[in-house]
Amino acid sequence: MNSLLAVIRRDLLLAMRRKSEVLTALFFFMIVVSLFPLGIGPEPALLRKIAPGVLWVAALLATMLGLQRMFAPDHADGTLEQMALSPTPMGLLVGGKIAAHWLVSGLPLVLLAPVLGLQFDLDAGALGVLVVALLIGTPLLSLIGAIGAALTLGVRGGGVLLSVLVLPLYVPALIFGAGAVEAHISGLGAGGHLSLLAALLALAVFFAPWATTAALRIALE
Amino acid sequence: MLTATGLTCVRGERRLFSGLDLAVAPGEWLHVQGENGAGKTSLLRMLTGLSHAVEGEIRWNGEPIQALGEDYRRDMLFLGHHGALKEELTPLENLELAAALDGAELTGAAALAVLWRFGLRGREELPVRFLSAGQKRRVLLARLVTRKARLWVLDEPFTALDVKAVDMLAGLIGEHLAGGGMAVLTSHQAMPIAGGKAVKL
Amino acid sequence: MNNRLINWFKFASPQSFYPLAGRMIPWFWALTAAFGVAGLWISFFVAPTDAQQGEGYRIIFIHVPASWMSMFIYCIMAGWAGLGLVFNTRLSGMMASALAPTGALMAFLSLWTGALWGKPMWGAWWVWDARLTSELILFFLYIGFIALQAAIDDPRRADKAGAILALVGVVNVPIIYFSVKWWNTLHQGSTINLTKAPSMAQTMLWGMLLMALCFWMYSIAVALMRARAIILERETHTEWVKQLDEVKS
Repeated sequence: MNSLLAVIRRDLLLAMRRKSEVLTALFFFMIVVSLFPLGIGPEPALLRKIAPGVLWVAALLATMLGLQRMFAPDHADGTLEQMALSPTPMGLLVGGKIAAHWLVSGLPLVLLAPVLGLQFDLDAGALGVLVVALLIGTPLLSLIGAIGAALTLGVRGGGVLLSVLVLPLYVPALIFGAGAVEAHISGLGAGGHLSLLAALLALAVFFAPWATTAALRIALE
Repeated sequence: MLTATGLTCVRGERRLFSGLDLAVAPGEWLHVQGENGAGKTSLLRMLTGLSHAVEGEIRWNGEPIQALGEDYRRDMLFLGHHGALKEELTPLENLELAAALDGAELTGAAALAVLWRFGLRGREELPVRFLSAGQKRRVLLARLVTRKARLWVLDEPFTALDVKAVDMLAGLIGEHLAGGGMAVLTSHQAMPIAGGKAVKL
Repeated sequence: MNNRLINWFKFASPQSFYPLAGRMIPWFWALTAAFGVAGLWISFFVAPTDAQQGEGYRIIFIHVPASWMSMFIYCIMAGWAGLGLVFNTRLSGMMASALAPTGALMAFLSLWTGALWGKPMWGAWWVWDARLTSELILFFLYIGFIALQAAIDDPRRADKAGAILALVGVVNVPIIYFSVKWWNTLHQGSTINLTKAPSMAQTMLWGMLLMALCFWMYSIAVALMRARAIILERETHTEWVKQLDEVKS
């Protein structure tokens, strides 16, 4: 457990010293979201309707930006080798890295989303559901993305390939996440969507670190 | 005791070596020699368990290392070409975080003492990227002391070190061997350490 | 490890698999032709014209088997991939990569024929129907698998990385299908539901089954051929490949 916390602490420390990377992804999120009203028109009813989808798609893309850097620096400087050779099970250390990735690139999106939601004329209830959905959904994005990041580690054209691998796997998260907000707006209640999203998260928490570790060991061989 | 029998290494379509046997007993060290590209690093990575031999088996105290898993990794320390140092962090942070990852106890005072011993006094709080190649190497080698492993697997440990540091590292390895430790290392230089065996690839 | 397993592993070596596959391929092509002729004959001449859909419905004799195959092949691919990871056999990875292009082709065929069917039926080339949408995502998964393997130079690593991706994919396919279905029902108003298929005549079912068998045989034949090509490519440096007649000449 100590090692897990150490990994998270180290990655947060590194993120603090390279702030630009974190901020770039955040600004990307803001810009993409703001482009939609410019492209579609400022009609409030229409914006309210597309808001959940737009915010979620932008969140997916913003998460993608940071994914490639999840393991690449550690691979380049040999840290990954040391993780594989550590007496601590590697799955645990990888779990720590995924948690750190979420804290650095997922959590800021969750906090920023309601502000952007205001631009789309969402009411307080919908904003609340949006935050909860993102809070459950963004860790899921980090977990699934980690598998793709590990598989494409050190591979030619890794960045584009990573998107091709990971984006289709994000479909359920997108559907349930955006669906929760939509269901709330249309008065159906977001409970069903949110609990399905939580179920997916539970599945991914057990499955993804294991698959990521297997992929990393292959990349190291 | 580390033993390997019938190791074969294939890189791409080339067979680098085959049928390699070796044994390292407590108090002994093994000098892996060979030209560039002979497979020295590949052999070391096999011995650590990072890569798998096409043929052959590696045992630690009589048990296959794959079966031992974490128990083997606790006894073994590998320092490779790459620093495994984070350029943005200070030597002190690097050392403390490495110890935490290894699950080893390391107090701040102990970490400082080790860094001073390696001649890094005054540079503990400087990000590693401002250090010279030799100084980075010293930060890395400090792990030999903080992490108490019985088997050291070192890939080119003497590169970038000045004369004083080479002597110190040789002394450190000597101490380790005298205490019943084992070491496997690659180097192009002759090494001033007693009790060595050599294997040529 | 017991004796029976070792026997199985004998066939899992590329050297013994290569001639075996070579002998099997003509048989599978013959079966493909036989089932294909029978299936096409039933579907175009015997099956009755549909009361509501006219002659256009006959494209389902291609569409439905292709959709089935695209899903089966992904599962089989994942099965091979799992075997490869567990037993570390080289052939498993080769079979998985030999199957992927055929699977992608089936998914593409299913989408294409779906569009052709959709135009006369609903007046649109594409509708966001749950099944069509899942098929599209399955197609993306195949493309991802092929692209990942193509991007990795070392074949052993490509096999293993592909295997992990296939296993992750196979866990996800039902989840994706379910989520798309859920999404579809939520947006019921704007889409047309395909699930209310007209009750099928007995002969139509026969035509579809025969066509499905034809597609099976085709997939096996093509996968075996591709596996043979992969074996030759990867084992060029071995003695037994140099001894082969087709290599010597």
